[in-house]
Amino acid sequence: MFSLGYFEWFNHQLLSYDTLTHIWFLLLGVLITGYAILDGFDLGVGMLHPFIAKDDRERRLVMNSIGPLWDGNEVWLVTFGGALFAAFPNAYATVFSSFYTAFFLLLTCLIGRAVSLEFRSKVHEPVWRRFWDFGFFLSSFTAALLLGIAGGNIMAGMELGAKFHYEGSLLSQVYWYPLLVGAMTTSLFALHGAIYLYLKTEDELQARVKRVILPLFFVFCGVYTVVSIATWWHVPHATDNLFSAPMLWIVPVLNFFAVLNIPRAMHLGRPGYAFFTSTMVIAALACLFSVAIFPNLMLSNLADEYTITIYNGRSSHQTLWTMLVIAIIGIPCVLSYTVVIYWIFRGKVQLDPNSY
Amino acid sequence: MDVEILSRLQFAGTIMFHYLFPPLSIGLGLQLFLCELMYFRTRDLAWEAAARFWTRVFAVNFAMGVATGIVMEFEFGTNWAVYSRFVGDVFGSALAAEGIFAFFLESGFLAVLVFGWDRVGPKMHLFSTLMVFLGSMFSAVWIVVANSWQQTPAGYHVVFHDVQGELMPRAEITDFWAMVFNPSSVDRLTHTLIGALVLGAFFVASVCSFYLLKGKHEEVARRCMKIALPSALLFSLAAAMSGHDSAQKLVETQPAKLAAMEAHFETTDQPTGLWLFGWPDTASETVKFGVQVPAMLSFMVYNDPARPVPGMDQIPIDERPPVWLPFQTFHLMVGLGTLMILVSATACWFWFRGNLIEKRKLMWAIIVMPLAAMTANQAGWITAEVGRQPWIVYPSTQDGVEMMGLKTADGLSESVTAEQVLSSIILFAVIYSLLFAVWIFVLNNKIQHGPESPQELAEYKAKIGKGDMADLIEHRGTSRGHGMMDEGVL
Ligand code: HDD
Ligand code: HEM
Ligand code: HEM
Repeated sequence: MFSLGYFEWFNHQLLSYDTLTHIWFLLLGVLITGYAILDGFDLGVGMLHPFIAKDDRERRLVMNSIGPLWDGNEVWLVTFGGALFAAFPNAYATVFSSFYTAFFLLLTCLIGRAVSLEFRSKVHEPVWRRFWDFGFFLSSFTAALLLGIAGGNIMAGMELGAKFHYEGSLLSQVYWYPLLVGAMTTSLFALHGAIYLYLKTEDELQARVKRVILPLFFVFCGVYTVVSIATWWHVPHATDNLFSAPMLWIVPVLNFFAVLNIPRAMHLGRPGYAFFTSTMVIAALACLFSVAIFPNLMLSNLADEYTITIYNGRSSHQTLWTMLVIAIIGIPCVLSYTVVIYWIFRGKVQLDPNSY
Repeated sequence: MDVEILSRLQFAGTIMFHYLFPPLSIGLGLQLFLCELMYFRTRDLAWEAAARFWTRVFAVNFAMGVATGIVMEFEFGTNWAVYSRFVGDVFGSALAAEGIFAFFLESGFLAVLVFGWDRVGPKMHLFSTLMVFLGSMFSAVWIVVANSWQQTPAGYHVVFHDVQGELMPRAEITDFWAMVFNPSSVDRLTHTLIGALVLGAFFVASVCSFYLLKGKHEEVARRCMKIALPSALLFSLAAAMSGHDSAQKLVETQPAKLAAMEAHFETTDQPTGLWLFGWPDTASETVKFGVQVPAMLSFMVYNDPARPVPGMDQIPIDERPPVWLPFQTFHLMVGLGTLMILVSATACWFWFRGNLIEKRKLMWAIIVMPLAAMTANQAGWITAEVGRQPWIVYPSTQDGVEMMGLKTADGLSESVTAEQVLSSIILFAVIYSLLFAVWIFVLNNKIQHGPESPQELAEYKAKIGKGDMADLIEHRGTSRGHGMMDEGVL
């Protein structure tokens, strides 16, 4: 079916191998951005959970604000994994084997979140509930941090040797720069989660959420500034693409205004707008990240020719094409039921007998 | 221990742990859908009470499936980097298709299934249940297609790429549909799905038998038995039939696996016998303490009792799989399959005569059957996976050209050390044991508590109708964990 004459023509005439490769770089960017935006507020809610909610009912409210959504949000990461495997198998293989230990920790966190949500409210014992509450907090926080650390390493480049063999170790992945990026993702997700919670809650709980938004905003701004300067200094190549395509400067500029718009929107009493804005901030940062690394998927600090780029990491023309057809069929379906589900569960979170 | 053994142990351990949950999610999904369909058609509240109850069980199981599945998605990259580079082009697309077509569907509609009981209408709810069930079937489709491709590759060719001066081989798709419909995928998918449906049916029958024996929740239990028992019989028969089909194909696609499963060491020109049980000994190439039915294997494989089946001696020594383990697990699966047919057939018989409940021994047999079904599912995968060793991707011939395979030992990650793998195994052993204990505990809680009676459900719905939910939630803490209507279960 994918080799029918018309498709074949379309495939070879309109979409060259390189164009397809660029489309897949873009689609992977969309998947990881979608993940950061959606799971970002889940992780944020998880981090805030012990500080915001005072009693059991409030904890349940906080958890149920993401109750029906978190699983679907995580599927963005799973699909990102599958798509990376298919489109850039060399990158999939090297990235996950070099982040071995960090990645298993991340998986542990994702497991921890899933089961904390599912099991917490199943038993009345306070000890049981406190155990899972703590698990929920710790795994959300650590996951956000690890995602940032991974991002920081990819940004700065790693000890990649010949034939895509990673030669570094866990210790060479944890140093000040990735940790800073980790602090940035953590504070950003916490802020994003807080705004989401504000939208979902009422009364006293909402008032308490409101009080943390501004402090979180300032923390994020501080870390964001430091990371920007640190990137300038530590990762000089990060701005190469910006200078070679100056039009792209619009992204950081818009991002700057988007960041400032968050307190403004909250002040205007338009939390929905604020949430939209924090979503845009995440999207802009993801966009900057992609621009900065393009066309590399994993930069080698040892020698330029060892770097995995989208050209030496990609799969075959036929596969990229087949996958694009799959994506074109699949994405509208995914988007349509995502919208339906968010619509069904819109509005303030309310406990009912089916809640967690 | 070296990285290879550890990585294999890790993969086997994590996939087997993951595979505790998917078959129950798939199988229970169907039962759940049937209960809800019955409610939809009869408006009998007992059916709705049943559907709500199975949803609660389903949700816990599903969460475990998700939590353990995410690990699997990335383990190819973490532990099997060389393998990932070799197959990424082919295998990755199946995995990506799974994400797009299956996981989004499942996880999205799961929210409506679990949290939507009192939010959406019955039609929408029924539809969501169906979507979750279909989604779990679709995910099985793609992952089994990917796995079958490794066993019987098709629709690809091997291309050598120059990587910094060295040629690295890679399998690349030439024909997507030939890759999807490779020689074993349809048979193995059918058999795997049926295995899951068997488990679901016996699980429901088991819980309901328990209630009937204890004289609890009878209204709901009787109704569910009406669906669960016949479907258990139907699916057990289908498992045997589809398994037989799979085995017949093996003689062409993977003769080494078949020889291992049957401990058939030596090819002769005589008809080949079938070992009913025994203790294969690879060193002496004999089966000890065994009982053999003459000419039976020839008949099973070729439908011809005279034609000899090729044995392990036809396979080069360095390409032979282990024999003992596939032999035992295969015989275990077939034995349990036969047992399940017998149990479900007699149970159906007595059920329709109306005196099943008096047959206490049979009732207890039904109660333990889910363990048998679970074991058969695991045993089946062990047979299939160990039987394909030492290959991780089988060699094949495409359009008359020989394509290289990949051996398991050559598929490892180059940069991962034994210490790293070992520490991740320890970490996961601890986490998984904890999860397993919690899962059993919560599952047991739910089953002990059981469904609401239709009367309770009617009262509850009346309250919901009046928007009178406050006391349902406040006084009962978590109703989903403890049933909706009564207090202090624990
Ligand atoms: C025959 C069925 C089957 C088999 C052989 C596997 N799985 Fe699975 N998997 C499912 C059937 C399933 C399921 C029924 O669809 C699950 C279990 C319960 C659930 O939540 O979805 C699931 C969940 C699940 C998830 C979580 C999806 C989500 O977030 O919703 C992932 C990422 C995987 N699996 C990946 C894998 C991988 C990489 C496997 C192979 C190595 C694998 N599964 C074997
Ligand atoms: C869900 C059901 C599955 C079960 C129960 C299962 C079981 C096993 C077992 C027992 C092993 C260890 C074999 C050995 O060490 O000799 C193994 C290995 C492996 N299986 Fe599977 N498997 C399943 C599905 C899959 C799927 C769907 C794939 C790939 C798509 C897969 C790929 C592998 C790989 C890569 C290994 C490691 C290499 C090896 O040790 O053989 N398995 N599996
Ligand atoms: C009763 C007769 C049965 C026969 C003759 C049979 C036969 C087989 C064969 C030959 C395989 C290996 C297929 C391959 O690797 O290509 C297999 C695998 C498997 N079996 Fe069975 N089976 C039977 C019953 C069952 C039952 C009752 C269950 C579960 C409830 C089950 C679950 C599985 C699973 C999950 C696999 C692995 C997936 C696959 O390779 O298809 N089997 N079976």
